[in-house]
Amino acid sequence: MAFARAGFEGIGGLDENNDNLAKLPLDGWHRARGGRMVPFAGYEMPVQYEGIMAEHLWTRDNAGLFDVSHMGQLLFHGIDVDKALETLLPGDMLALKDGRLRYSMLLSPDGGIIDDLMATRRGDHFYLVVNGATKQGDIAEFQNRLPRTIAMDHMKEQALLALQGPKAAEALDALVPGVGELSFMQAALFHWDGKPLWISRSGYTGEDGFEISVAGRDVEALADALTADERVKPIGLGARDSLRLEAGLPLYGHDLDRSTTPVMADLTFAIGKRRRVEGGFAGSLRIMAELDNGPAQKRVRLLVDGRQPVREGALVLDGEGNEVGRITSGGHSPSLGRPIAMGYVATPLAEAGTALTLEQRGKLFQAEVAPMPFVPHRYHRKQGAAA
Amino acid sequence: MSLYFTKEHEWVRVDGDVATVGISNHAQEALGDIVFAEVPEAGRNLSKGDDAAVVESVKAASDVYSPVAGEVIEGNSAIADDPSLINRDPEGEGWFFKLKLADTSELAGLMDEAAYRDWVQTL
Repeated sequence: MAFARAGFEGIGGLDENNDNLAKLPLDGWHRARGGRMVPFAGYEMPVQYEGIMAEHLWTRDNAGLFDVSHMGQLLFHGIDVDKALETLLPGDMLALKDGRLRYSMLLSPDGGIIDDLMATRRGDHFYLVVNGATKQGDIAEFQNRLPRTIAMDHMKEQALLALQGPKAAEALDALVPGVGELSFMQAALFHWDGKPLWISRSGYTGEDGFEISVAGRDVEALADALTADERVKPIGLGARDSLRLEAGLPLYGHDLDRSTTPVMADLTFAIGKRRRVEGGFAGSLRIMAELDNGPAQKRVRLLVDGRQPVREGALVLDGEGNEVGRITSGGHSPSLGRPIAMGYVATPLAEAGTALTLEQRGKLFQAEVAPMPFVPHRYHRKQGAAA
Repeated sequence: MSLYFTKEHEWVRVDGDVATVGISNHAQEALGDIVFAEVPEAGRNLSKGDDAAVVESVKAASDVYSPVAGEVIEGNSAIADDPSLINRDPEGEGWFFKLKLADTSELAGLMDEAAYRDWVQTL
């Protein structure tokens, strides 16, 4: 048997350099809990503990604790920092209220996506969380393209945990009273055992949940306290990938890259209304034209017939067998018990319900464009709360 | 009846001139949750080393090679219907296919069980 002809995306794949891997602050903690460590984004990270399927379903029903300390945590200070960030990000940063966060993207001058990220206004500065595999490149982009009046700090000593699932709020509120009051995409400073925690109600699983920024020296005590709660189990990268795929959320380096724009990627919600009119962000000419005229290709979610997973790299064909797109993520959906996928297709074929053919290793599969996330989002939105 | 293993983590159980082939416990553990299996149809002639079957877990797709040459007598429809059987009983009910051995001398090149279990410990 040949292991991993087509491996889990990014996990131990050929694109990973196994030399000089960095260790997470929780490295020993993961190993002690049976975490199977694999190279990912330049770190050794746990792909699973008891098994991807069980961990996935646990998160959908209870609460899962994810170590996402490989991600980059950046601070931006300076006069008119919101205005400066708006030159690189298409979101409305001027209108972002204190303690609120927004999903956004770092764009290249031609409108391609350099990274996707979360941006929070925190008093007089901004706090950004960027992907682990891309953080060094992002830092260089920010340094080169922001005005000298903006100072950027990379919080290298800061760890990041995500607690996700329908029981995340009860479990975290028991430890950090008051966090249950946060609404989706809101954040604040809390304290636990005298230690500062920056907590946002956000995540990347489609579930209600939180992301917790904590000093690296405090993260082990916090992870112990969280998993002492019987509702909480540690969850690896494998389930993180299947959860985000079911939630229809794109993964950078697979579903998003420099050749895709926010409009192609079906992320136009992240382009502020004012900004669509005013422009003035990297790639805005192209992106505004795509908003008006439609992009050539568009990201879609696909339900695949049968049982065999169709993975990244498979082709999308039209009724006549012409190549009209490609699969960028795909796999087995533990919640639905069937294969699902994500990919790009020619825009006329991106309508929900469109029947498409996929080709993987010479074998054909039938698929249909899905209208919504495969598993509905269960974010904690409050009535009347600003998004 | 004798049991052999390959360095590609297949096992072969031989009874007369019939060989039953599957993947080892080590292989199923490394793959994790198995969600798909495709087995060869009866009548297919396999050479040693041919791609004979497919096994996919949540995280990876893999080919299963035929450790020996022969004609397929039966593919195990039970694992095609319930692929998790391979995780639960990899070296028993989770077998992949049976074939009629073309050349029993090929068995001499395979590992016996003790040698395989020792070797896996070193991986």
